[in-house]
Amino acid sequence: MNFFHFIVQNRGQVLELTLEHLWLVGVSTLLAVLVGIPLGIMIARWPRWNKPVLAGANIIQTIPSLALFGFLLPLPWLGERVDRLAILALTLYALLPVIRNTYTGIRGVDPAVVEAGRGMGLTDLQLLSWVELPLALSVILSGVRIAVVVSVGLATIAAAIGAGGLGEFIFRGLAMVNNQLILAGAVPAAILALLADLSLGWLERRLQPQWRMMTKNEE
Amino acid sequence: MKSTAADDFAIEFLDVSYISPTGQQVLSGLNLEVRRGQTLVLLGRSGSGKTTTLKLVNRLLLPNGGEVRVNGLASGDLIRLRRSIGYVIQDGGLFPHFTVERNIALVPTIEGWPEERIRARVRELLQVVGLEAGMASRYPRQLSGGQRQRVGVARALAADPAILLMDEPFAALDPLTRDELQREFLAMQQQLKKTVVFVTHDLREALRLASRIALMEAGRLVTVLPPQDFLRSDDPWASAYARAYGVGPASAASRNEDRNTL
Repeated sequence: MNFFHFIVQNRGQVLELTLEHLWLVGVSTLLAVLVGIPLGIMIARWPRWNKPVLAGANIIQTIPSLALFGFLLPLPWLGERVDRLAILALTLYALLPVIRNTYTGIRGVDPAVVEAGRGMGLTDLQLLSWVELPLALSVILSGVRIAVVVSVGLATIAAAIGAGGLGEFIFRGLAMVNNQLILAGAVPAAILALLADLSLGWLERRLQPQWRMMTKNEE
Repeated sequence: MKSTAADDFAIEFLDVSYISPTGQQVLSGLNLEVRRGQTLVLLGRSGSGKTTTLKLVNRLLLPNGGEVRVNGLASGDLIRLRRSIGYVIQDGGLFPHFTVERNIALVPTIEGWPEERIRARVRELLQVVGLEAGMASRYPRQLSGGQRQRVGVARALAADPAILLMDEPFAALDPLTRDELQREFLAMQQQLKKTVVFVTHDLREALRLASRIALMEAGRLVTVLPPQDFLRSDDPWASAYARAYGVGPASAASRNEDRNTL
């Protein structure tokens, strides 16, 4: 029985685990964006928070993922359902690229443009929503893209605590010393990562505002 | 209504000092006033404190000592103040993701003007700064340096502020375009009679545009002179400037001097 044969025969389960996988990645990315972008904005505005926040996000990244899932297990409410745990862990990992790119993107906006806006009487909020965020958008998006691609890979480990996803096949295959099972988890996960990367890259280009694509006037 | 001498002044600096966040004394003991409808040119080399002086007017910077009064007031709503002062910087400082039209319409938009009025105002301003109506839909990077600068001026004029701050607006332009914009600035000033504070390091530009020239050096005001007196001044800094530019009687004298010392 070859690999493709296995996939076709178990397509129901492959599909189910893929959807579970997508759910874990999707929800955790959404949470990371909801938390990470405001944090990135905050440290861009008040730079003295930048070291502690980035250091915190960095430290989380250094915790081995299997250990992090284990650490979170005894938490109340979260521990009740393993998918909550998995989502929290994935969110924590996704935070760093989102925060860092939001920060870098905003700091990278031409200071002359920001000062002109301030000088003309834009409030901080107007400056943020009209100038800084739109001009930082593509950098922020590429941070989200990194977060998603990393999450797709990491989410396979969620199966170790029983949270499902394509990792199920991998762990089952490891236990049964069955390479086809491992591949049945690994190959779809790799394809998912590629697709996520491609589609977010496409979105990035689509959202690339008109003004950036216009040819530069000869000087 | 009682009228005092201060009513004539749109902007007053009273013993103003400014220390940068890094602890450097950028301005000290600055006393200066700008009359309504006048063009005061702040002339000086880089680091002399002229841009700092300008930014104290719209309170992008706050003085560490003394007072900066705009229309007689040293405090008040910061945002209101800035919206009532036009601000033009080098290369325009245009928002790259806004079209020319949206750039010019910026202050009217945040002030909540009705759309019709904004559109009419943009059309009017494009004409004032000598740009075709078709430019409205372009993005800043599709414009030449001179065109961007014109848009910057139009944007500053949009809500018809009485005061205009211009920070080396023409410094990055080629000489021909600069000449053209200076000429248009003079024509515009004759018509609009704004109170203008204009920063430059270019003596020729100062002589051409100023009602009065305030010469600055190392954070201090050296002297304030009308342009016609500037070249005749025996102030050492003023004549050093004139010599450097090779304008006025001082330059001819210095050339002889140089020859004699050789």
